[in-house]
Amino acid sequence: MKTDDDEALASRLERLWPERMPDMSANLSDAVPVKRRTVVQAGAALATVQLTGCATTPEPQLAGFIDPPMPERPPTMMPVSLKVNGRNVRVTVDTRTTVLDVLRENLALKGSKKGCDHGQCGACTVLIEGRRTNACLSLAVMHDGQEITTIEGLGTPERLHPMQAAFLQRDGFQCGYCTPGQICSSVGMLAEVKLGMPSHVTRDLQAPGALSDEEIRERMSGNLCRCSAYPRIVEAIRDVAEGRTS
Amino acid sequence: MKTFSYERASSPQAAADAALARVGSRFIAGGTNLLDLMKVEVETPAHLIDVNRLGLDKIESLPGGGVRIGATVRNSDLAADQRIRKDYAVLSRALLSGASGQLRNKATTAGNLLQRTRCSYFYDISKPCNKRTPGAGCSAIGGVNRMHAIVGASQQCIAVHPSDMAVAMRVLDAEVETVSARGRRVIPIADFHRLPGNTPEIETSLQRGEMITAVLLPPPVPGRHVYRKVRDRASYAFALVSVAAIIDAASDGRIRSARMAFGGIAHQPWRVTAAEQALAGAAMGPSSANAAADRVLAGAQGYGHNDFKIPLLRGTLTAVLAEA
Repeated sequence: MKTDDDEALASRLERLWPERMPDMSANLSDAVPVKRRTVVQAGAALATVQLTGCATTPEPQLAGFIDPPMPERPPTMMPVSLKVNGRNVRVTVDTRTTVLDVLRENLALKGSKKGCDHGQCGACTVLIEGRRTNACLSLAVMHDGQEITTIEGLGTPERLHPMQAAFLQRDGFQCGYCTPGQICSSVGMLAEVKLGMPSHVTRDLQAPGALSDEEIRERMSGNLCRCSAYPRIVEAIRDVAEGRTS
Repeated sequence: MKTFSYERASSPQAAADAALARVGSRFIAGGTNLLDLMKVEVETPAHLIDVNRLGLDKIESLPGGGVRIGATVRNSDLAADQRIRKDYAVLSRALLSGASGQLRNKATTAGNLLQRTRCSYFYDISKPCNKRTPGAGCSAIGGVNRMHAIVGASQQCIAVHPSDMAVAMRVLDAEVETVSARGRRVIPIADFHRLPGNTPEIETSLQRGEMITAVLLPPPVPGRHVYRKVRDRASYAFALVSVAAIIDAASDGRIRSARMAFGGIAHQPWRVTAAEQALAGAAMGPSSANAAADRVLAGAQGYGHNDFKIPLLRGTLTAVLAEA
């Protein structure tokens, strides 16, 4: 039985994370009481038409997204060559393996973090061919032959990248889990700014202006920080953008 | 994630042929939506056909004054293209209002058109959904449906198309170019995305083995280009409602022509000719805005949590027109 509290909670959660909130409470026997049988019958009839169409006629068939169930096959293994932080590596992976998993599991580069694993939090951000990318939504086999830079490749404790130094100087983190993604993302973001790429808050598309705090916040919205270190992250990025760190 | 085999296509035609030959195959370009769905096993392709590296990543000016956008042009590159920024600003604005910097670097033009709905029940394989399993029932009707459709829905599905880009493409009268075993085809964007009706699992007019190769933009349309997106956060959230508009107004405030398309309210980018006709020749102001909104919202229906979208759309349209 669905309670008012459940519904209020689900509604609140959906507001907080509206894109992909799986429903936490809706009870379907309550939710869809009507005409289920009719719907099922209609669906069965349609399915028959589709299958018949597929099997017997060469007529164009609309590409519905429902495929007949197929037995699951053993994993497909494929070789992948990558250039990670300047080093050529070759691994053989299950086609399902993401770039993030290759970095962390095959290459022991644990700087890139697995947060949500769905491209929502940005903790896995790395630079692929120089562009900031969610490594968790990138299949390794699709990036064969490409260059990847992770937080480990940006700088070392002895020779920090200016952005790493700025995050330290400005204390742009608390727990640090999102930080490698924040830093890789901000490096990629500043490269986009340098190319003159506009953002949602850019007033004049023809002539993007200075990198205001509003611009930094908008451009970094794909990196979440649950400690909410945002003000200091913005300061750190501003320092680098304005050449105030070394 | 279920297992799958993988191939990198050698040409658009070869990719289309491969998709026709193998049941359970999917094209993959950016993969930002498909991989996400594969991880939750809403999508379980047996075979992936990688359509990157086919040279479909170019933006070209067409002899007649339009633009041809390759299927795998990244959202960030399209938004930043000088021609698009100058002549099709509504498209740049729509793209920049969607997703995050990282996702826009990966997501492609064709993939954006083919995005699946973000209905939370579609994503939750423990709940019935007619889009995933025809005939299973719609959990959103009577469920938590704050993000759902207010126009064009059916008793089988009240999901919305999540794209911002597609709304701008609709207002620009873009066309979708495809290739299949039958050759090249050009589909007007108005005929591309379907309403759910009794077959919510069929979302576009693409046929099996048909692959998008480009999106074609006609010559630029004069007027002020606006994309207004209303959402729960200032950034990185799907639209509650959005308006893509191209308003050509005379100096006395009279509207010469108005084009408008709406996102976040239907299973397809929503455009109503009667609303545009109501504005043509009218004086800018609350009464003409209301007359247009009446036509956009003809037959609109809320499902409980999303009732607010009806007044929200009216208010957003009024604000956009006041600004134009």
